[in-house]
Amino acid sequence: MNNTPDESRRLWEERVPAGAHWSWVLRRGTTLRLTDPEGGANVAMLLYSREDTTERYNMADTLKGQHTAFLTRGNVCYSDMGRVLCSITEDTCGWHDTIGGLSNAALVKQKYGEARYQEHRNAYHRNGFDSLVNELGKYGLGRRDVVANLNLFSKITVNEDGALVFQPGNSKPGDYLDLRFEMDTLVVLSTCQHPLDPAPTYAPKPVDLLVWRSDPPGPDDLCRNHCEQNQRAFTNTERLYPLG
Amino acid sequence: MSTALVESPLDASQAVFRQVVPAGEPFTGIVRKGQTLRILDLEGNQAVDTLFYNADDPEERYSATDTLRAQGNIYLSTGTQLLSSEGRVMLTITADTCGRHDTLGGACSAESNTVRYALDKRHMHSCRDSFLLALAEYDHGMGKRDLSSNINFFMNVPVTPEGGLCFADGLSAPGRYVEMRAEMDVLVLISNCPQLNNPCNAYNPTPVEVLVWDA
Repeated sequence: MNNTPDESRRLWEERVPAGAHWSWVLRRGTTLRLTDPEGGANVAMLLYSREDTTERYNMADTLKGQHTAFLTRGNVCYSDMGRVLCSITEDTCGWHDTIGGLSNAALVKQKYGEARYQEHRNAYHRNGFDSLVNELGKYGLGRRDVVANLNLFSKITVNEDGALVFQPGNSKPGDYLDLRFEMDTLVVLSTCQHPLDPAPTYAPKPVDLLVWRSDPPGPDDLCRNHCEQNQRAFTNTERLYPLG
Repeated sequence: MSTALVESPLDASQAVFRQVVPAGEPFTGIVRKGQTLRILDLEGNQAVDTLFYNADDPEERYSATDTLRAQGNIYLSTGTQLLSSEGRVMLTITADTCGRHDTLGGACSAESNTVRYALDKRHMHSCRDSFLLALAEYDHGMGKRDLSSNINFFMNVPVTPEGGLCFADGLSAPGRYVEMRAEMDVLVLISNCPQLNNPCNAYNPTPVEVLVWDA
């Protein structure tokens, strides 16, 4: 694996099991690596400024600023306030979905049937929307705060006529992406399947997390210089952190 | 989903509500279940940024991603069911003489203008400023947390098969309209877009008209 951080910089690692939900505050100056250990993972993710959670990842601003409908290395995640929450500094996968949204209870029941806690204990069927709402509740947030989300490791393309197509096999075993945080950010995620995944069975995948202390983006930074819009968004961000 | 143009049988003289929304102004109103809402592009090529909320429980609101996922297509037109964040049908598009509407492009803001154009564009009027002021005047405790991904009626934002996103010239023209039947009581929040930095309004924001018919 290339670009593996020095042992001395590593803070911790953990696994988020298949179908689970997770949240943490990732500080400015740290990087989160998400690795798909088995291939075919999906990580539904939302991002909020820790300082003011009304500032959050904004799908449209992210796409418009970078003239793209998907994210990969060099792209950044914009907040609705014209700043950069995090930058994608490495990506072996190549495509992360921004438009496919979340599964919900009705969709999961319709696709995979019912599997309740009463019979299945912690293997019960979870869904993306309820998972994120559940995690958001720990921070005083809720249904109002579920906006268009990222679906890391998933690929949805759009045909000439506008049709959405789920592309299987996008993420291989061991694929990873690195999110370098440019703001103190509340990260909320679910490892439920992508809502457009045509697989007929409930088969979510786990994801491995690794966090380390990273260097601040310099003037030659790939993500900063991806486009002039990103340069201005970094300026807006750095004005919020004048002490570094 | 059809992309064919579909005209409405409704007669404007029978509408129970008509209001012109001038360029750059917001609009809020309640449309009751069974009523039909028409948004009329009076002078052509005008982007109409629109959000819908369940009037009885505004935490349930229009969801762009659920709407797209359910119909398997990124363009809104006749037959599109506008779904809520709870997966319920809020409105159904019943007529459309434009042919294609966007829900990926979002709404312009002072802050996004600094990123997209130049840091000194902060002070130009924007949709999200209109939304915020309209929600403050509506005075039901709603605010920025309620500004999720909106619809841009009459706007054309194609995605290429390679994943590129572009703002194409609008398909609309004077007198074109889109019409939808409310399937629940909905709060309608509109910003008649004041953007002057890109062609979404042909660099000339113009008025639109909102009409409502009873069932």
